[in-house]
Amino acid sequence: MSNYVAIRKWADEEVSSQRADKARIAIGLGTCGIAAGGNAILEAAERTLANNEEIKADVVSVGCIGICYKEPLLDIEIPGQPRLSYGPVTPGETKKILENVFIHNIYEHKKALAVIDDDAFSEIPSWNEIPFFAPQERTVLRNCGFIDPEKIEDYIANDGYAGLSRALLDMTPEAVVKETLDAGLRGRGGAGFPAGRKWTIAADNIHTLRESQPDLPSYGYVICNADEGDPGAFMNRSVLEGDPHSVIEGMIIAGYAIGADYGYIYCRAEYPLAIDRLKLALEQAREKNLLGENILGTDFSFDIKLKEGAGAFVCGEETSLIASIEGDRGMPMPRPPYPAQSGLWGIPTIINNVETLNNIPVILSKGAAIWAEKGTEKSKGTKTFALTGKVENTGLIEVELGMSLRQVIYDIGGGIPDGKEFKAAQTGGPSGGCLPKEQLDLTIDYEALAEAGSIMGSGGLVIMDESTCMVDVARYFLTFTQFESCGKCVPCRLGTKRMLEILTRITEGKGKIEDLDALEELAPSIRDSSLCGLGQSAPNPVLTTLKYFRSEYEAHILDGRCPAGQCKALITYTIDKVDCVGCVVCLRACPVDAITGAKKEIHIIDTDICTRCDTCRQVCKFDAVLIDGNLL
Amino acid sequence: MKKITLTIDHKKIEVPEGSTVLDAARAAEVYIPTLCDDPLLEPFGACRLCIVEIDGYRGLPTACSTPAADGMQVRTSSAMIETNRKTSMNLLLSDHPLDCQHCVANMRCDLQYVAAYVGVRGDNPYQGEKRSYELDDSNAFYNRDLDMCILCGKCVRACDEIQGRQAISFGYRGFSTKITAPFDLPIWESNCESCGRCVDMCPTGALFDKSQLKHGLPTGETKTTCPYCGVGCGLIVETKNGEIIGVRGDRENSVNEGHTCVKGRYGWEYVQHPDRVKKPLIRKYLLEGKKKSEIDKSSSDWEWAETSWDTALDITASNLAQIRDSHGADSIGFLTSAKCLNEENYLMNKLARQVIGTNNIDHCARL
Ligand SMILES: Cc1cc2nc3c(=O)[nH]c(=O)nc-3n(C[C@H](O)[C@H](O)[C@H](O)COP(=O)(O)O)c2cc1C
Ligand code: SF4
Ligand code: SF4
Ligand code: FES
Repeated sequence: MSNYVAIRKWADEEVSSQRADKARIAIGLGTCGIAAGGNAILEAAERTLANNEEIKADVVSVGCIGICYKEPLLDIEIPGQPRLSYGPVTPGETKKILENVFIHNIYEHKKALAVIDDDAFSEIPSWNEIPFFAPQERTVLRNCGFIDPEKIEDYIANDGYAGLSRALLDMTPEAVVKETLDAGLRGRGGAGFPAGRKWTIAADNIHTLRESQPDLPSYGYVICNADEGDPGAFMNRSVLEGDPHSVIEGMIIAGYAIGADYGYIYCRAEYPLAIDRLKLALEQAREKNLLGENILGTDFSFDIKLKEGAGAFVCGEETSLIASIEGDRGMPMPRPPYPAQSGLWGIPTIINNVETLNNIPVILSKGAAIWAEKGTEKSKGTKTFALTGKVENTGLIEVELGMSLRQVIYDIGGGIPDGKEFKAAQTGGPSGGCLPKEQLDLTIDYEALAEAGSIMGSGGLVIMDESTCMVDVARYFLTFTQFESCGKCVPCRLGTKRMLEILTRITEGKGKIEDLDALEELAPSIRDSSLCGLGQSAPNPVLTTLKYFRSEYEAHILDGRCPAGQCKALITYTIDKVDCVGCVVCLRACPVDAITGAKKEIHIIDTDICTRCDTCRQVCKFDAVLIDGNLL
Repeated sequence: MKKITLTIDHKKIEVPEGSTVLDAARAAEVYIPTLCDDPLLEPFGACRLCIVEIDGYRGLPTACSTPAADGMQVRTSSAMIETNRKTSMNLLLSDHPLDCQHCVANMRCDLQYVAAYVGVRGDNPYQGEKRSYELDDSNAFYNRDLDMCILCGKCVRACDEIQGRQAISFGYRGFSTKITAPFDLPIWESNCESCGRCVDMCPTGALFDKSQLKHGLPTGETKTTCPYCGVGCGLIVETKNGEIIGVRGDRENSVNEGHTCVKGRYGWEYVQHPDRVKKPLIRKYLLEGKKKSEIDKSSSDWEWAETSWDTALDITASNLAQIRDSHGADSIGFLTSAKCLNEENYLMNKLARQVIGTNNIDHCARL
């Protein structure tokens, strides 16, 4: 019996004995769950159990299942019965639901979100029928929210480490590289470089190095890029928190494939939960001989170290990341040499994103052909996105590549809230582009996004509605990229600064029409002559907003007007004479006493005093406060 | 070593493997503007002025960092290159004080030269905030005026790669990026050894010798060897009106490739100091042939008097001979100096062992 078969048997037994006669109460404790108050739910559940001896159940924490707008989530799984998911719940509701289900056998169906199984309860939809999940395709998130990320047996019982076992026991390293190449998996960290190609180059270089210098302490490294610095992105975090072993398994397979002997996970220090879970997972994997010396009884040895990053966006760039691990300031270096030629400590190194590595075990256990059934011809598989902004359902989603933006925004996202109009979708994080309504039918794949002037990036997807000012959006993203520029190269350090100054001027109503020429000159120059991806992509928000929303820039400059009513210097607050009932609420709330009037009299705003803080509009119960004459 | 052949602007050139495109261009005598490259430092790729076009390469690779390859076709000028280069130069100048006449680096500033080469004309289309810092004059020998700094990183790399001190590095991010000593303290509080290599490499007026504040450009330069120790570093002594106004390392000297220690670079003021002893001094009583036991030390006999080399040497020689004859050769010891050349040390050895007849000889480097 091979070591793996024994480990699998152990895991299956563990899991079934844990579940056979005991119910499981699972609480979503990803960062989103915690932020929504998950810990209070956990406490409430534990207290309820302590007070009711007749409830026999284990309380466990699971990672994020993706439906963040319904957190905190409470799942109940009773042996022999389908798993029910409730959310969002309060501590009080938790107590009530648990007592009803376990003691009174009453299922609070109205509160239930979905049943994580077939249609056992006709009045509750199955989770993959609810609109948020129905169009999704879960490969990367296969385990997130389902397994206990702190138990290796849960992962193994769900086919975990089966890919590693196949690779190590049945395949040569070359065959593993080929399988990855055949799958057509492209890097999920942003650039979309085929993982198999990167591995081939590294494997060749490691081989040559071994031949030419037989006495080196190590010949190759695998680095997992878990820096995830894009503001608002949490795809990688959810995977690390909800399924840490999948990434570790991917790294070990990568190490075997290219002939590396060491791995590093570079995880941002702002992800404490991910770090804790990774540490635990690494220990568990070592204990089960899945990591360390002679893995699964073979000659292959490989270990992984965790390195915490100190929170610079640019440290996600691969050469900076290497400098940072080496103890230097994270500043990009020109390539070539590429890391696969000369990387960490000058040794051939592959750097792959969390999600890239998370796909590897599936490719190895199911085979490249099955994995590659999903996706388009050039963009295979699925991709996770952090869907945020002005959309009904926000959260972590995973879709087959090739799905249209429209489907993501309207089917999964449930459309734009408050009956507002869709205006733009920003893909690819702070250096991605803003795509307008006309591009809604664009398919989400690497080529189509690039063609439209944006990028896939690592999976940020921000939806904006009509109340968003596109000039202000460009300014906002430039503020980020300028602040995070490492300062090394001229076009990025100074070019983004000058663009930011121009954009700020325009939003302050001080723009000149020549400013648009300067932006149009600067943006391509910065793109074409910056050293690293940060500078090269920083102009994207400017380029795309100029391309798709030029009239908005012109309105700011030529008409002194912000069409979205956002730019403070360009808007005026007035009170509608018809709708104002003279209730004095706004008058009292105004912090600078800009409003005059008396009870039952129409109020008036003195625009010279008004600081456009928006307080009056927010407090008015009669929608009588207007911006530029419009109700926003 | 394996050679590779490439073409730069229609010129074929053969260079050793491992050369960069910039190395090859220099060998072919094709000028490519650079501000952050130095042949003595590792490629860095910061200024983005050395961009070129290479067949089969995407975008605009930088010549300084791209390895030359066999059969490569390189173009150093095109509309695309010129536009981007001009933008980078205009951006650099948009954050640089523009009063060259009052700048210490006037006429020896690479930024000035390269800007002239690129040909930026008329009003700079990019105007905005300029960085402004307090002058750091804490170091005894050089000042740091970071308003002038273009962040080429040469000083940082010189300190790390050549001097091995790592006294300075990049600090902060974005527009606020600056070269700093640890914790942004004044440079004097860092572990800077004042070798001055950063000053030597700085392409602008951001780092300059304090002595440059007093004098303008030198009118003469003399190649010489450093007198301080036996290494024999090559120096270039800068002079004006018959006075030394500065010293820098001689890059063409294979011993030090332009590098010096603090003494060689900054310890030259003694040369023209009024207190400097330029002729031999001898106690008066020796000139008068008196004995030490016969004189009163409070009298003028004990005072120093100028004399000629011949007289001083004669008196020294005869006294040494007399001591040897009356007390034996081993009553005399010789101590030589690291400031002497090998040849001089050899001769001292001869003098001790053969002329005087003692083995009592040692060298300051052993003490
Ligand atoms: C400024 C900048 C930030 C980046 N940040 C990340 C990041 O947080 N995570 C990541 O995986 N890749 C990031 N990348 C991309 C990496 O340089 C690299 O391409 C990637 O990790 C390779 O992995 P992949 O091929 O699996 O995508 C960043 C690139 C740039 C230029
Ligand atoms: S593009 Fe920006 S972040 Fe990248 S090396 Fe240049 S200055 Fe640094
Ligand atoms: S001080 Fe001089 S050498 Fe150092 S980075 Fe600034 S310009 Fe370059
Ligand atoms: S000399 Fe090549 S980038 Fe500065």
